[in-house]
Amino acid sequence: MEHELKYIDLVEQPISMHAKKFALWLFMVTVVMIFAAMTSAYIVRQSEGNWLEYDLPQIFWLTSGIVILSSVFLQYGYYSAKKDNMLGLKIGLAGAVILGIAFLVGQWYSWVALVDEEVFFVGNPSGSFLYVFTGLHALHLISGVIFLIIVLISSFRYQIHSKAMVRMEMATTYWHFLGGLWLYLFMFLLLNH
Amino acid sequence: MSTASVANHDTSAHDHHDHEHHGNFVTTYLFTTDHKMIGKQFLISGIFWALIGGLLSILFRLQLGFPDMSLEFLRPILGGWLDDAGHLDPTFYLALVTMHGTIMVFFVLTAGLSGTFSNYLIPLQIGARDMASGFMNMLSFWFFFMAGVLMFISLFIPTGPAAGGWVVYPPLSALEQAIPGSGLGMTLWLTSMTLFIASQLLGGINYITTVINLRTKGMSFSRLPLTIWAFFLTAVIGLLSFPVLVAAALLLIFDRSFGTSFYLSDIYINGEALPNTGGSPVLYQHLFWFLGHPEVYIVLLPALGITSEVIATNSRKPIFGYKAMIISMLGITILSFIVWAHHMFVSGMNPFLGSIFMFLTLIIAVPSAVKVFNYLTTLWRGNLIFTPAMLFSIGLVSFFISGGLTGIFLGNSAIDIQLHDTYFVVAHFHLVMGSASFFGLLAGIYHWFPKMFGRMMDEKLGYIHFWLTFVGVYMVFFPMHYIGIAGFPRRYYSWTNFDFANMYTDLNMFVSAAAIITFAAQFIFLFNFFYSMYRGRKASLNPWRSTTLEWTTPLYPGHGNWPGEIPTVYRWPYDYSKPGAEEDFIPQTVPLSATPESNLPHEQEQVKLEMEIMKDEEEGLVANESKH
Repeated sequence: MEHELKYIDLVEQPISMHAKKFALWLFMVTVVMIFAAMTSAYIVRQSEGNWLEYDLPQIFWLTSGIVILSSVFLQYGYYSAKKDNMLGLKIGLAGAVILGIAFLVGQWYSWVALVDEEVFFVGNPSGSFLYVFTGLHALHLISGVIFLIIVLISSFRYQIHSKAMVRMEMATTYWHFLGGLWLYLFMFLLLNH
Repeated sequence: MSTASVANHDTSAHDHHDHEHHGNFVTTYLFTTDHKMIGKQFLISGIFWALIGGLLSILFRLQLGFPDMSLEFLRPILGGWLDDAGHLDPTFYLALVTMHGTIMVFFVLTAGLSGTFSNYLIPLQIGARDMASGFMNMLSFWFFFMAGVLMFISLFIPTGPAAGGWVVYPPLSALEQAIPGSGLGMTLWLTSMTLFIASQLLGGINYITTVINLRTKGMSFSRLPLTIWAFFLTAVIGLLSFPVLVAAALLLIFDRSFGTSFYLSDIYINGEALPNTGGSPVLYQHLFWFLGHPEVYIVLLPALGITSEVIATNSRKPIFGYKAMIISMLGITILSFIVWAHHMFVSGMNPFLGSIFMFLTLIIAVPSAVKVFNYLTTLWRGNLIFTPAMLFSIGLVSFFISGGLTGIFLGNSAIDIQLHDTYFVVAHFHLVMGSASFFGLLAGIYHWFPKMFGRMMDEKLGYIHFWLTFVGVYMVFFPMHYIGIAGFPRRYYSWTNFDFANMYTDLNMFVSAAAIITFAAQFIFLFNFFYSMYRGRKASLNPWRSTTLEWTTPLYPGHGNWPGEIPTVYRWPYDYSKPGAEEDFIPQTVPLSATPESNLPHEQEQVKLEMEIMKDEEEGLVANESKH
């Protein structure tokens, strides 16, 4: 056992990263697991037959575009903060917040489109699943928007700059993750419909 | 120069310590962020719930063992749940079984076991001041507390608590008109479990972050005590499996309260056809058991970790196969996620799929057997010291073997057709998961009580407690195997009406009597626990002569654990009876350069490096000081 211990251990601190950032990653793991469970439940249930077929709302293409664009804005804000470009930071954050809210409104209209198609939350699980996917994702996205707004407020108080990036980094990570999660869900629905 | 800097640390830490004493009752005992106090909070709540869960089991054991007995004397507690003849209400029997399972699995053996010892031991054994986030840790306890309050309330509502079994399978649990327990009791169950999962995730994120990020100098992963490895992997399992239970519960909530049909299809109840169509109850089973099976290891791994530590310490020998222990725990962690469908062999699942899950299940026997082998070989020719903690650890190994062997039978999809949902299953998991983990919990309490409360528990009472419990557990669960093979189904209120079952009435009486004695023996422990907390013999700093870091703290460690600097770690945690050493243990904080007489050849090489490093550090300190 002992042969393999590198003596380097003595001097260097053990591998570690910022505890809060690390905890955020672990939180994202739990979110991944919820959606992994949901989407595999979808596949298992679909394979059993008695599955209602309907068209996916076209607005999903638009909302997917919006969510990508908001990530671009946020990334711009992140780079600006690194260079202490306060205006760019605020534009990036505000753009991401506005587009995030636009995304949520778009998701709402996807439900309207579903109702127009006579696909309801109550009924064949094929429709119910879509409501659960979008609803649960929207819930997480709302938490992301709140996070962004908090960071936006602190950017107006000059609390975000190249020397204080932790919150900005965490917000950017979480937001990209939520965008990626939506793209995964959308692709999953396109492929398994 | 370096002494001066240490002295500085000392005074500042001391100020800090004094400050802690000024904390009032609320910040010290209720809304505390100190991991040690949070661990104790989990322990006390765990004991409370273990009493309730045990009491419920005694109630239904009375019904099973003595079906004709009048329970009139329990009317003050049970009230309307007894009929005029003093017999237990059949629907309440179902509720008792359900609540016993839920409470024991989640509140006692998950929160009470890993909640207590992960919180208490992780920072102490890895050399950290506290958890990564004390606030999240506090939230974790209070979420658990609220979950407990809701579950407790559900015991007293008119329709009774949830009664669909601890697995709450739909459609039984999804339809309010199915049984009384599927009404408000089920709603409270789901709400309580949601809070419970939130608590577990908050705790788990904290444990993992702490183990990875806050280890002290020199504490590499290959020097972690096996307890920490076990808690770490337990937290990883929880982090990956509890969200899946959230998904399952969420869909169940939608089915119950919003009228969706995820799990419901084509049901006629009370002559009425329900509108639900297209759902699949087996879907719930898949989702549930994807948590449910890893949950078994969430319950068991911490107990195994505690056992490794206690057995090595009290055999005065290094743990046999340290690395093999870690690898087998990793193996169990991974395998635990790919065996869930062995709970569903008779659910109408494709038999081919069944045989795949059978093979995967049987593979778990390999790492489990490696662990048993390592425990036995650690004990082999050791200088055994039979403290109560040691006895409970050996008891755990015994249950792990006897209960694990029946697992090989149950894992076979063909034999499972006969044994599924019989008392054989009940006997199996009560030995291997229930009793084994419970013994791990008790071993942990006996072993770390001196650290927690600064006093020793009474050994004689500990021995009496051990022998009554150990013999009692076998008396309760061994006969159950026979009852199960005979075909007795579990969760049935009464089965004496069948001829084949009649001849087992005596055996059931025996089991019930043994259960009552075993339950009564726990009060010896309770007395010992609370009495020793105030009146026990004062503990020495390292009563078990153990190597790990927690024994280098003061007798009553303050918030921050070590006054002054956190100790550095120079060696692995199992240097017991090292040839050539003066004492039969060398703490992790002793540098190799201080023990030339016992160093192995390769360690002698490392000493040179160690000296250079120390010299560098010294110079670094001098340079820093002169900068000021």
